[in-house]
Amino acid sequence: MITFWVALLAIGILLYVLLDGFDLGVGMLFGLTRSESERHAMVSAVAPVWDGNETWLVVTAVILWGAFPAAYSILLSAFYLPLLVMLAGLILRGVAFEYRYKTTRMRWLWNWSFVGGSFVASFIQGLTVGALVEGLPIANGQYAGGEFGWLSPFAALCGLGLCLGYALLGACWLVMKCEGELRERAYRLVPYLAVGLLVFLVVVFAYALAQDLRVLERWLQRPYLFIFPVIGALCVGVLAFSVRYRRDELPFPMVVLIFVAAFCTLAISFWPYIIPFVLTIEQAAAPESSLAFMFWGEGLFVFPLLLLYTAISYSVFRGKVAAGASHY
Amino acid sequence: MDALALLLSRLQFAFTISFHIIFPAFTIGLAAWLTVLEALHLVTGRPAYRVVFDFWLRIFGVAFALGVVSGIVMAFQFGTNWSVLAKMSGPIQGPLLSYETFTAFALEATFFGVLMFGRSRVPPWFYLFSTAMVALGTTLSAFWILANNSWMQVPVGYVLENGAFVATDWFKIIFNSVLWVRFPHMLLASYLTGAFCVAATGAWYLLRRIYPAEARIMLGMGLGLAAVLIPVQLFFGHLNGRYVGEYQPSKMAAIEARWHDEQPASEVLIGWPDVENRRNLYAITLPPPFGSLIDSDSLTAAEVGLESIPPENWPPVLIPFFSFRIMVGCGVLMLVLAWLGSYLMLKRRLEQNRLLLWAIFLSFPLPFIAILTGWYTAEVGRQPWVVYGVLRTADAVTPFLTARSAAASLVMFCVVYTLIFAFGTFYIYRLLRAGPGGYVVAPTPPATPSRPMSLADRDAAGSQVGTGAQP
Repeated sequence: MITFWVALLAIGILLYVLLDGFDLGVGMLFGLTRSESERHAMVSAVAPVWDGNETWLVVTAVILWGAFPAAYSILLSAFYLPLLVMLAGLILRGVAFEYRYKTTRMRWLWNWSFVGGSFVASFIQGLTVGALVEGLPIANGQYAGGEFGWLSPFAALCGLGLCLGYALLGACWLVMKCEGELRERAYRLVPYLAVGLLVFLVVVFAYALAQDLRVLERWLQRPYLFIFPVIGALCVGVLAFSVRYRRDELPFPMVVLIFVAAFCTLAISFWPYIIPFVLTIEQAAAPESSLAFMFWGEGLFVFPLLLLYTAISYSVFRGKVAAGASHY
Repeated sequence: MDALALLLSRLQFAFTISFHIIFPAFTIGLAAWLTVLEALHLVTGRPAYRVVFDFWLRIFGVAFALGVVSGIVMAFQFGTNWSVLAKMSGPIQGPLLSYETFTAFALEATFFGVLMFGRSRVPPWFYLFSTAMVALGTTLSAFWILANNSWMQVPVGYVLENGAFVATDWFKIIFNSVLWVRFPHMLLASYLTGAFCVAATGAWYLLRRIYPAEARIMLGMGLGLAAVLIPVQLFFGHLNGRYVGEYQPSKMAAIEARWHDEQPASEVLIGWPDVENRRNLYAITLPPPFGSLIDSDSLTAAEVGLESIPPENWPPVLIPFFSFRIMVGCGVLMLVLAWLGSYLMLKRRLEQNRLLLWAIFLSFPLPFIAILTGWYTAEVGRQPWVVYGVLRTADAVTPFLTARSAAASLVMFCVVYTLIFAFGTFYIYRLLRAGPGGYVVAPTPPATPSRPMSLADRDAAGSQVGTGAQP
């Protein structure tokens, strides 16, 4: 039962990162163009699905609460300020989808909130992962790091890294969904973002070496983990090829694979901890009655439906965004 | 524990959830109504239904977006500010709220996308299906939220084990009588909110002598639905009072400002509860047995007074006392408007009665006020408990939360919510003012303002875009 819910939690987080990742990325790239028609095309490329994407954040939060209440309680209270600021960012970018089409005079405000909100939310998500890799100060089953215990240069670096990663996902999404000049521009951005991401990964690895982080030890203990960087490297190769030969369908799945590889590396290096090196999955799990109640309803029957909804939504809105198509 | 951080956390929760409830309250009713309109359009083929549908869908879009973004905050706040509650009641509240996300949130979010952007991409039956799924999603959402809240009001089916509430009987948690009177009460409140907003908009257009055909549909459907539902709602409201009396004597005593045990009891209609001296000033009171009759359906029942409850377990008396009376007052006003309006509408005299049209137009805040004050009665009346009778609010807050952090986040939410609320209501107001014809940014605007013709054209164009399977 516990294994089932850990698996669902992992799937939930991964889907959230991949799906909201590209739409947050598009949100950040939105700031790079001034042309209203390109901006409109960018928003149209994510507008029908962003709400569903964000659902996976809530799915993750409630699985964490229902199945692992101790972890939910520690993590959310520890990251008090960053999480609430992230929510404010998500709110500001969320309303921008509707609001920017309700005005022309004030559109600049919602453009800014779209870009700024996307950036803040991405940065904070990276920051929390970085802080977890470094290790949260926990004492007596309770966070003990004070208001800013999660803040460190390493965490901030991870924040920037995730922004780069999401922007890369976003650029590849635009390549797949858009046409014309916008697609070209997105293609030109991909190499810069990819190289930036690579540099970031090297720096993180060097930092981990220098600081002798506990994660590093686990990488050395579990050498099979190095299969994931190899997969990542192969994907980078295919990505370079597809950008060179303008194969619209390829870049996005390749970056998705890179993210999956990175996610698996992290997840396996943390195993069996849910809060790295402090709280194990077993310790955090809810009583059997709760896990079973969730399993026999939402786990077994509703979760496949969630995947089905996601599939329906992406198949209804598959293909290129038609130029000038608008339902606003 | 920092007393100021506790107060700020309570204020933040109250503020964010009050802000949030406004939008679901509106969209639950509206989604159900949109489903009816879309079905009517498919069956009758009458273009006006489609026009009214498209018009309200735009308003639905803005309100729904505000509901979604403010709802996400709620899934996090239990952990950020109330980490002790989150850990203790996580095994019960966590699964209930996870069912909400799984069965409702995801359903709404997916089909909302189809609703807003997919009309030309899916066959008409699937579009109707999507509308119904959004409506179903909002309803399920309300159910699970009420299941969660009802457990906090009247905790059942659990044991306390190693500092956590462990569920022993999920059947009791989901099928207890408290939940099944509170859920319909909330659902009816949402339908009434939708009905009154729609009716008020119709009245507004008739007052301005624009869009008469659409305005009549709005006014007729809105007032008619409200006229039927309000009596049912009053009945469920009464049943809610029964559960409070049975399970939450301290809340009941505060709502009624009843200081001493009485048998049979009198009923304070209005007054000013003087908590310090435990009496009511300027009170207008109905003699016994009216209190027993209202609270217990009995001529002789004994009713508990606050003095038989230890003062440390008293809720603040003034807020439940007044918020309850404001809620009931709004309900009665809505009943009068709905019945009078429906009667005149049947007699075909409503459109000449501009005074009543004005009253109906200006009545749109009533259901919102009723919902907010109803929730204040329920939630403030539950204090000082967060889980009634077993966990105090003061013991549930994140112990290391500083007042500085709590103040910073509260200020941030106030700024962000004020910004998005101000613009959101302004955009909704502008859409409503412009009316069903106003939003059409048609590539070739209709040559003449003769509305029926241009509407028919537009509808025909709409059918061509579809798959052609339209009846």
